[in-house]
Amino acid sequence: MTVNSVCEKLGLGVCNLADGEREVDGVYAGDLLSWVMGHAECSNVLVTIMSNINTLAVASLLDLSCVILSESVKPDKEFADTAKEKEINVFTSSLTTYELCAKLSEIL
Amino acid sequence: MDNSAPLEFHFVVDGNDFTSAGEASVEVKKILRRIGLDSEVIRRVSIAMYEAEINMVIHAGGGEADVSVTTDRITLVMTDKGPGIADIELAMREGYSTAPDNIRSLGFGAGMGLPNIKRYTDELHIESEVGKGTKITMSVNI
Repeated sequence: MTVNSVCEKLGLGVCNLADGEREVDGVYAGDLLSWVMGHAECSNVLVTIMSNINTLAVASLLDLSCVILSESVKPDKEFADTAKEKEINVFTSSLTTYELCAKLSEIL
Repeated sequence: MDNSAPLEFHFVVDGNDFTSAGEASVEVKKILRRIGLDSEVIRRVSIAMYEAEINMVIHAGGGEADVSVTTDRITLVMTDKGPGIADIELAMREGYSTAPDNIRSLGFGAGMGLPNIKRYTDELHIESEVGKGTKITMSVNI
């Protein structure tokens, strides 16, 4: 499934769309970035509440397909600008991390 | 590539800006991609170097990174003039951390850095002297 389809099916808000045709392969949820760093896989969706710039460094290094900021976390301008610059797909949602993962589990 | 003439890269890791930590790792990842290395090898190098970079910024006020690529391995040497590690065995333990609270609130300082480095590298060697600094040498086989 593509990033675009995930975005549409989950009704996500768009913070930055760099490559909507990117294929999604699996999901990882977590806020402890060093743990995410060691455990998330390439092309995973990352569901997290952590909206600091380091989240984008992790997404870039691991080649994640997209980041979904859950629980109504709003990225600031610096975050959005960096996502654009690093070409990382970033979405937002008012759903909880659990609700997002449950929905992702249904559609993937 | 000729084994006798490795590709070498040098980076300075800025210790003043935690949010920019990882820039050297991202650069190295781009270089390794251009060389056309296996994506799993690139992933392992990226994780190890990023964790080492984060450690340098949290604990040592930055440092330097030297990357060397030969036909059979990628070697990373990360050197800092920070406080040093008093007990390396303890520092290697998952969950042990001396990072301050403000770093934890950013999602780091969980005591996963060195364990992650060990997990994703084929060789890891740590030299450290309290009050002088730390040199971490790690390599990933291609």
